[in-house]
Amino acid sequence: MEGVKELLMILIGSSLVSNVVLSQFLGLCPFLGVSKKIKTAAGMGGAVIFVITLASGVAGIIYRFLLVTLGLEYLQTIVFILVIAALVQFVEMFLKKYMHSLYEALGVYLPLITTNCAVLGVALTNVQKKYGIWKGITNGFATAVGFLIAIVILAGIREKTEYNDVPEAFQGMPIVLISAGLMSIAFFGFSGLHW
Amino acid sequence: MSEKEHKKADSPLERLVNGLVKENPTFVLMLGMCPTLAVTTSAKNGLGMGLATTAVLMLSNLIISLLRKIIPDRVRIPAFIVIIATFVTAVQLLMEAYLPDLNQALGMYIPLIVVNCIILGRAESYAYHNPPISSFFDGLGMGLGFSVALTMIGAVREVLGTGKLFDHTVMPSGYIPINIFILAPGAFFVLAALTAIQNAIRIRMKNSGKKNGMEPAGCVHDCSQCGIGGCSVRLYDTNEGKGER
Repeated sequence: MEGVKELLMILIGSSLVSNVVLSQFLGLCPFLGVSKKIKTAAGMGGAVIFVITLASGVAGIIYRFLLVTLGLEYLQTIVFILVIAALVQFVEMFLKKYMHSLYEALGVYLPLITTNCAVLGVALTNVQKKYGIWKGITNGFATAVGFLIAIVILAGIREKTEYNDVPEAFQGMPIVLISAGLMSIAFFGFSGLHW
Repeated sequence: MSEKEHKKADSPLERLVNGLVKENPTFVLMLGMCPTLAVTTSAKNGLGMGLATTAVLMLSNLIISLLRKIIPDRVRIPAFIVIIATFVTAVQLLMEAYLPDLNQALGMYIPLIVVNCIILGRAESYAYHNPPISSFFDGLGMGLGFSVALTMIGAVREVLGTGKLFDHTVMPSGYIPINIFILAPGAFFVLAALTAIQNAIRIRMKNSGKKNGMEPAGCVHDCSQCGIGGCSVRLYDTNEGKGER
């Protein structure tokens, strides 16, 4: 029971309380770049969930069974980034060949997230917080869900603000950043969820 | 990111000025935004992050430039990443040993220097095509430009958010700190102001008929524009892809 509660805490903590984009600034690039429409934002979010969950699992296994056993923990940055980049490329090839419908849905977004900071960030956080493999995967999944929530909300706001009368200098990116800042304030509300 | 034609062996000074002013990675190119927002809660953290990035940038540019004739074109990106990650790890270990406080404050953003757009971008667009000395100074210039920008953003946020600068109180005692500026939303607002200023300058330049030298490039605008030098690193040749390159 204790284990389930802990996983649940990781789930809520990583997705809402310390949201990956809005409080940790990881994965900002797709967050700002692919949030023009709700549909593409959701597709991107789906691809991120897929990649981060998989990558945190693989990185966790490699860290636990390869780096720790060999005493090479200091190589984590190099190993993680290569593993993640290779993994995503492999996933892309695999999906293209065997699961074409999924590839159609996620394929476009995969190259965009190959090694975005969020993927590497999650792998490093898992090590830093000494999460085991299962907790690491949970953390990865939760972080990615947080990303999905944030990017879909931002896309919704952007679809609305598109027709607003924004001062010339604030058109485009500045107004999006201000929306993101306001969302970030709103997400502070979740910090009450700590228990 | 279009391939630019570079003159043979730019002078070191020209490279320094270029990185600090003309192609300032933060203010002009808008690259490397994740660390820019995350660590600029104080001027000191901004400076620390900037200098750590500078060290990595200088050394990786130097080594990549020295090896540019040896690294095969098709595997250059993995090669760059390994070189960069090596220096990042070295910097991380050094900071852990000698600057534990700063290391604590910057946390995992130190290892995340690996995916900083600026470093891979410079490797790809400059160091891989230019001789070692000018590449080294290109890295130094870019790094210093990044450090200056981060320190400035950090200073603004620290002064507004805590009334202090480099831990010394600078605001009058009646000043009530606007806490939000050292929290996450403050980072977004400061960056929004920054891009708005940049936009305003661009609009003014356009109106006065001057050719604007600022490319709206960088991660802030669109991932795909970063191309291979962006936050999204591909391990293989993208020439066959649909990207701009």
